[in-house]
Amino acid sequence: MSNVKTLLFSEKEVKRDLLNIHSIESFGTFDGPGIRYVLFLQGCPFKCLYCANPDTMKFEDGKEYRIADVVKEAMNMKSYYTNGGGVTVSGGEPCCQAKKLISLFEQLKIEGIHTALDTNGHVMNQYVKNLLELTDLVLLDVKHINDSMHEIVTGKSNHKTLEFANYLREIEKPTWLRYVLVPGLTDKPEHLHELGEYFKDFKNVEKLEIQPYHTLGEHKWEHLGMDYPLKGTPVNTKDQLDKAKEIFEQYFKEVVVN
Amino acid sequence: MSNVVTQTKQFVDGIWKEEIDVRNFVQLNITPYEGNGDFLCGPTDNTEILFDICMKAVQEELANNGVRSIDPDVISRINSHAAGYISKEHEVIVGLQTDELLKRAIKPYGGARVVEKACSEHGIQLNPQVKEMFANYIKSHNDGVFDAYTDEIRTFRSLGFLTGLPDNYARGRIIGDYRRLALYGADRLITQKEQDLQNLTGPMTDARIRLREEVNEQIKALKEIKALGSRYGLDLSRPAENAKEAVQWVYMAYLAAVKEQDGAAMSLGNVSSFLDIYIERDLQEGLITEEEAQEMIDQLVMKLRMVRHLRMEAYNEIFAGDPTWVTEAIGGLSLAGGHKVTKNSFRFLQTLYNLGPSPEPNMTVLWSSSLPKGFKEFCAKVSVDTSSIQYENDDLMRCTRNADDYGIACCVSFQEIGKHIQFFGARTNLAKTLLLAINSGRCENTGAQVINGVPALKSDVLDFDEVMANFKIAMKEVARVYVESMNIIHFMHDKYYYERAQMAFVDTDPKVNVAYGIAGLSIVADSLSAIKHAKVTAVRNEDGLAVDFKIDGEFPFYGNDNDSVDLLAVDVTSHFNKQLSAYETYKNAEPTMSILTITSNVSYGRKTGATPDGRARGIAFAPGANPMHGRDTHGAIASLNSVAKLNYEDALDGISNTMSLIPKTLGNDENSRMRNLVAILDGYFNRGAHHLNVNVLNRELLMDAMDHPEKYPQLTIRVSGYAVNFVRLSRDQQMEVLSRSFFDKF
Ligand code: SF4
Repeated sequence: MSNVKTLLFSEKEVKRDLLNIHSIESFGTFDGPGIRYVLFLQGCPFKCLYCANPDTMKFEDGKEYRIADVVKEAMNMKSYYTNGGGVTVSGGEPCCQAKKLISLFEQLKIEGIHTALDTNGHVMNQYVKNLLELTDLVLLDVKHINDSMHEIVTGKSNHKTLEFANYLREIEKPTWLRYVLVPGLTDKPEHLHELGEYFKDFKNVEKLEIQPYHTLGEHKWEHLGMDYPLKGTPVNTKDQLDKAKEIFEQYFKEVVVN
Repeated sequence: MSNVVTQTKQFVDGIWKEEIDVRNFVQLNITPYEGNGDFLCGPTDNTEILFDICMKAVQEELANNGVRSIDPDVISRINSHAAGYISKEHEVIVGLQTDELLKRAIKPYGGARVVEKACSEHGIQLNPQVKEMFANYIKSHNDGVFDAYTDEIRTFRSLGFLTGLPDNYARGRIIGDYRRLALYGADRLITQKEQDLQNLTGPMTDARIRLREEVNEQIKALKEIKALGSRYGLDLSRPAENAKEAVQWVYMAYLAAVKEQDGAAMSLGNVSSFLDIYIERDLQEGLITEEEAQEMIDQLVMKLRMVRHLRMEAYNEIFAGDPTWVTEAIGGLSLAGGHKVTKNSFRFLQTLYNLGPSPEPNMTVLWSSSLPKGFKEFCAKVSVDTSSIQYENDDLMRCTRNADDYGIACCVSFQEIGKHIQFFGARTNLAKTLLLAINSGRCENTGAQVINGVPALKSDVLDFDEVMANFKIAMKEVARVYVESMNIIHFMHDKYYYERAQMAFVDTDPKVNVAYGIAGLSIVADSLSAIKHAKVTAVRNEDGLAVDFKIDGEFPFYGNDNDSVDLLAVDVTSHFNKQLSAYETYKNAEPTMSILTITSNVSYGRKTGATPDGRARGIAFAPGANPMHGRDTHGAIASLNSVAKLNYEDALDGISNTMSLIPKTLGNDENSRMRNLVAILDGYFNRGAHHLNVNVLNRELLMDAMDHPEKYPQLTIRVSGYAVNFVRLSRDQQMEVLSRSFFDKF
């Protein structure tokens, strides 16, 4: 098969058919409803201090997969999608490869497979808009509501993410907000309230997922020869999680702790 | 409990009245249940009192090197031992194998030396008279087999090409239709067998003579079973008249079997929905309450958990954790279309709460996506909570075998109840067979010439076609020797250790299949993939044996839903199965094959040199048809999908797969875990897969249990095709379980 393809198309055209992927998880249960086939795409414009997958940041790393192969593997999983499952593209930041993802999602939609896009909302262009048309559910990661704090956490401003959120509201795209709760960094009550206030009237936001901070990515930073910026930060206490949940529940109809 | 036994409501009549046909009775009288588990009851005081005694006895057993006590004097037969009780006044269902709880009896007909060794390993001396009898006057199965074994078979056995053969222990795997005793009573069954015997006239061929003798043995066993009943004050000559009797009768029939035999696996069959018919009738009549119904099942299950056989330590290598495989098949659909889930299907699973998790009885749910939602969710919940259930694809087995009244022999093997038996054949090491192809037919460890006709490879850089051609020669030879060994073993087992008590509950001339097995499939698939897709160079020692392999380049691993390697596994399975089918078998048994290792994947690995997939010498294989640990990098579903590609038609004896998940991975809360597990099972089986063990556990818990076994007497984990008490595994086996892929979130 692969030989035939290479013969028929020029190398450049073949490239167009390739996604740069960090890893694949065929049994995702935390990135959308049901059982998900999750593609973690390579490359991210953010540099989050707590990033659990720092090896997804660099655009030049990763492994190339043919979209056709990805579709095939996703199709083989169809029998497991009975309780709302489907395909989620995550990352890294998937919108950086939006143009190629359009072709993937098109094929998935033809097959009737539920599609979810897990994004930090930093990239918006016509391709992303087209991709969103083929997306059933957006998981929007809001890293921080306060712009200067957002810059500390991610290295970038949150303006684009908020614009992205407003676009989703405008097109009435079903959206789950995701928020990583880092003790001492993103868990100040006033910030949680501020975020709640900002989004409380977004009718497209179906729920908010609190993602507890964990240190499981720490060894990966070390492995990459980088210093782990949050060294020594403790994981959330149950009390901290409960408090955050309580605050968010004042603004959102469904709040879960992942 | 009420003493009224006269029934007003009659069962629906049918063929079962005229002929021995339990299936027909079940079909006509079953009450399928669509609901959930809300009706279930907890354990009664009686049950709790009894179970406390049992748990204390089990603790003593664990503290005493795994055996509480042994009777070294009396050879175990149906009536060799006086009636035994746990605590008589609290027992609703009675009967023990010997006169004392967890006292193990000697059954030397399989092999007397093994029994002697097992006794001495526990500091007990086998009665000298018994020893003398078997040394000079009585021949055992083991003696017979070794009188007939060829040198070739002995070589295959000692070098580890064939392992775990039932040549010094009882073969097991035969399932009696124990329900027959309850439905018909012993007298009616005796009459039937006598009639059968009368019809077994000449010409007196070997087969006919043998069968006449066998049927007479069965009749004797049935008479002895009546006497066994009398010891416990039960009149087993007549049919059971109420629920309690039905449970008791079924158990007595099973008890007779485990008193006579110590077969490796002695399944219970498919009794739960049969018993439901009696329970449902008594409930409707107001004769019993739901609590009493649960009490009967709890106590039956408790008794089944207390079944023990005397084993020597070496046995633990292949069958770790002291298993008995009292496998009970639950659920499934009927050929007519409806399902066979009853309230009693729930009650059996409920015992895992009432008595805590346990490897025995080996609860096996016959899964179909068309089973009622309430039952599917209940199964998933019990799996998440106890890791004690295995699942088999009912749609696949029912349709392929065209039968719906079947049980699971041992771990994963289909057996139509009362109509069909099987001859257990352990397994051959397919990875070592592949190494024969690379080493001109010589054993990679010893250099011994094992098979002839395998040409030397032209180059140390392995060529796929050349290796494959040699591998086919090796498979053909290994299959031949394997079949020969099986024929000898089962001939001798019939002759010296015939299962008369079980066969008394099976049709007189049943269909037989012989159950071969393979180990090391994933190693073979990955090795062939490496040879095909990367560059593999054999590193040979001065004797010319490949002791290591150098791999340049990448290659796909089995377990990632990648056809370019998965189909190699499919092809090898199909090819070897065909080789096994090419030879004549004892009793014209139909050949079938399993991909199953039990816990022998550890010892198989130990006996196998380095393989071309990069696996180092001595490293454990993956269990059953599982992909090799850590190589299934695309996660659990891709891994399942690879295994699902193996064709059931090529491995009709079963394709075992074990999946371990940490609870958090399965979902965020109880409900999503339950639903996701249902989705996994539906998804996997709808892709035509055969079997799945499900473990939902944290690795940390297992690590803690290794250090503090006393804290986890009931910790159960599913391994290839069965479940074990984790704390009864050897350290090696525990480490192997821990090294397996636990699919987790990060
Ligand atoms: S957006 Fe996600 S992938 Fe990118 S740096 Fe932040 S945590 Fe890592």
